[in-house]
Amino acid sequence: MTAGATLNGQCASCSHLTGGMEVSWFLNPGWLIAFPLFGALLLLFFGRRIGQRAGVFASGLLGLSFLVGLILFATQLSHEGQQRTAYVHMFDWITVGSFRVGADLTLDQLSIVMVLVVTGVGTLIHIYSIGYMEGDPRYPRFFCYLNLFAAFMLTLVLAGNLLLLYVGWEGVGLCSFLLIGFWFERAKASNAAKKAFLVNRVGDFAFLIGIFVLAKAASTLSIPLINAAATKGLLSQTQKLFGPGPYLPAGIATVAALLLFAGATGKSAQIPLYVWLPDAMEGPTPVSALIHAATMVTAGVYMVARMSPLFQAGSALTVVAWIGALTALWAALMASFEFDIKRVLAYSTISQLGYMFLANGVQGYSAAMFHLVTHAFFKALMFLGAGAVMHSLAGETDMRKMGGLRKAMPITGYTFLVGWLAISGIFPLAGFWSKDAILASAWHQGQYALWAIGVGTALLTAFYMSRLYFRVFEGPLLVPDEVEAHNGRVHDAPVTMAVALVPLALLSVVGGALNLPGSLILEHFLEPVVGRSEVPGGLTPWLLASTALVAGLAGIALAYLLYVRSDGRARRASLYGRLKVPIVAAANKFYVDELYGRAIVLPGKALANFSAYTLDARGIDGVVRGTGELIAGISERTRRVQSGYVRNYAATFLIGVVILISIVVVRLGAA
Amino acid sequence: MTSVAPGFYLILAGLMFTIGVVGVLVRRNAIVIFMFVELMLNAVNLIFVTFARMHGTVDGQILVFFVLVVAAAEVTVGLAIILMIARRRNSADVDGLHLLKW
Amino acid sequence: MNLSVLIFGVMFIVALGASLAMLFSPNAVHVALFLVVAQVALALAFLLQGAYFVAAMQIIIYAGAIMVLFLFVIMLLGVDKREALIEPLRGQRQVAIGLGLLLAAEVSYSILRGIHLAGLGSGGSARLNAINQNPGNVKAIARLLFSRYLLPFEATSLLLVVAIVGVMMLARRIDAAASLFEPRVAESDTHIEQEREAV
Repeated sequence: MTAGATLNGQCASCSHLTGGMEVSWFLNPGWLIAFPLFGALLLLFFGRRIGQRAGVFASGLLGLSFLVGLILFATQLSHEGQQRTAYVHMFDWITVGSFRVGADLTLDQLSIVMVLVVTGVGTLIHIYSIGYMEGDPRYPRFFCYLNLFAAFMLTLVLAGNLLLLYVGWEGVGLCSFLLIGFWFERAKASNAAKKAFLVNRVGDFAFLIGIFVLAKAASTLSIPLINAAATKGLLSQTQKLFGPGPYLPAGIATVAALLLFAGATGKSAQIPLYVWLPDAMEGPTPVSALIHAATMVTAGVYMVARMSPLFQAGSALTVVAWIGALTALWAALMASFEFDIKRVLAYSTISQLGYMFLANGVQGYSAAMFHLVTHAFFKALMFLGAGAVMHSLAGETDMRKMGGLRKAMPITGYTFLVGWLAISGIFPLAGFWSKDAILASAWHQGQYALWAIGVGTALLTAFYMSRLYFRVFEGPLLVPDEVEAHNGRVHDAPVTMAVALVPLALLSVVGGALNLPGSLILEHFLEPVVGRSEVPGGLTPWLLASTALVAGLAGIALAYLLYVRSDGRARRASLYGRLKVPIVAAANKFYVDELYGRAIVLPGKALANFSAYTLDARGIDGVVRGTGELIAGISERTRRVQSGYVRNYAATFLIGVVILISIVVVRLGAA
Repeated sequence: MTSVAPGFYLILAGLMFTIGVVGVLVRRNAIVIFMFVELMLNAVNLIFVTFARMHGTVDGQILVFFVLVVAAAEVTVGLAIILMIARRRNSADVDGLHLLKW
Repeated sequence: MNLSVLIFGVMFIVALGASLAMLFSPNAVHVALFLVVAQVALALAFLLQGAYFVAAMQIIIYAGAIMVLFLFVIMLLGVDKREALIEPLRGQRQVAIGLGLLLAAEVSYSILRGIHLAGLGSGGSARLNAINQNPGNVKAIARLLFSRYLLPFEATSLLLVVAIVGVMMLARRIDAAASLFEPRVAESDTHIEQEREAV
């Protein structure tokens, strides 16, 4: 087995792994990261001079990355199966004694999918932002952060070892913080940014511990090697063949996998660390679309798929699946009673991410990636549509103050309609196929409970999204008072925004073609990396698909009854009357934030206060000041010896004389 | 004549010296303090004489002579100074000179 | 009871008594007079120990000149000023008495122990008596004074001159044209009176 010989030098740690796609200086995954990174640096230092051209500049650079991605993809396609992986060693990063970590990139089928999503959807959102952020005083900085985010996300996706992945992991968290708090003059925004960062930190801490465990147990941080070690640990006969170690026993693999997954719950907003995502909606809408729908939050899903051998070696996948499923249901419940349109979309994202983790948990990795891609399309689409609505309604987000906007804003309305149908799982849009793939995987793994939760959540998903659509885009025209006062004209999305909306809508329609049952293009593409998942033929898949479709239609129907029909208000009131407690609980996000506040934030603040005021101000400062005051006090008292009175001085002499004579006396006595 | 042992003279001198020291500390009039200093010098003279007797030479007595002369010179100058200071301040109280302090 | 012992006893009591009396007299003149008594008693002690010349010197110089000088100054500054009995400085009296007792004890102990350690024997008195007989006390002193102790002798004479000059400098009036021999005293006196009133 020959190594992937590259012009940049061999990946020192992967010399015995398969993979043979050749890359050159010119055709190199490193460019994918280099372009947006260069853009970010340039905008950082020369942003003011670049001014209003920053948007085009940044979009152009990311577009270049997309082109390189396409070229790399084409190169991959010209190879076969196992030969589609490229290992690139960019430079030696850390060399401390025997601990060596290089900046290694791994480009395989899994990463190219992520690369295309990040650069493709990312470029569209960059273009959208040109119009959306127009007039903002910090316009260049916004694009600097966006490009920086893209660079970090691509680092995460292309990383060949866990440390480089962690760099990207942390980097996207940082950019998320910067972008959520972009309008930092608003207290809500900066608080939301802090909350996002802190909650992510908790997850990142667990992730780091997981890295430590793996570094110790497998003596390497290289992802292919860790996965190989985990696989070896799984197959006892492999142990016999390859001898002892490094291999990961099941227990350690489980622990490490759970720790890494804990990091994923933070980054991808699952239970228990999802609380930051709804508040993150304080950031500009393009940010919500890019980071909190399409890319950053999917990092956890990607990571689990990437480290799938590790997860499979132990019993971590059960945890992943259940947390995914429960999160999906939980978030769907909260979305059903939320009035802020962006927050509904946020909870929806959390819920759909739960689906992806559910898929990962039942070893349907390609199904998870399929849903990741389609979700990126229609969720980004809906976020951008919501952004267009806000843009024309002077920033209003409360759905109770909107109505009938489809006629007033046709482009926005119709594209949003496409997204709505897609997420509700309506045939033949993309969401139908991807959601069905997940549910089918669950069923075929025998996880009927998870399947049931998935179907229930599908119903709720259709319900809350329909509720959103009906209230905002259907019915009589209703605009907030400020807009009424000005001129009452509601304008549709400008060209720069429409340029992003339309392609995403198209992709939401035809995206299912990626992985239609039968052709299973995506699945076959990813097979060499994530293994094959069993999707048997026969009648069962059609029955399952129908069940999912029925659930979706039921959700839409329910929303129709409650929100479109004229007697809907009465029905809603009676439902509210009968189910008051659970409805109020759900509307208040089940009081999770308050719980965290009491259980974690308050003790933390108490500890901080204690450290600051007792330990530091009184303790340490006390010692320092106290020493000074002690000296001062001693000197204050001691200097009174110099009273000025000669007789006192004479007495002092006498004391000295007596002491001297005492010495003489003692010596005389001893002599 | 059988003489008294020299130890007794030395004890007497020691006691007189001590009384002189206590007097310097307790009294407030500058001249009186000076007189107690003279008392101390006298006690020392006695000690010298006794030592001369113990050794059987007259060297100690010569030292007494010198002490005497120096005491005279010292008293002269000292009293002149005390006189000037006391004249200026209208008081011979030593406690009035308390400026050499912190 | 030996005569010398008796005389010693009387001398002891008088000397010590006079010293203590000095301590407790509020009047400065009394203090001076008690000091004179003590000095006379000490002269007696000198005589008892065979130091005849020094005894004479003690009376003439100490009791006769120095104490008289003291009395002159006391007169100049106010004879009847009595010292107040209360002690303004806190703790001074206690410290003085305490240290005094301590000092007395230590000195006594040192003396006795030192004598014991020195071990000079009792031959000293006899030798001294022999010297006093043969060349005589004054001659013996003179012989030593002008041979071995010549330098200190000359130095002390220099010291006396310096003291005299110093006192003369200290005591002169600050008056530009005043000469030491001219009777300008009255004028300068009124000058100082005027200064005092101005201040």
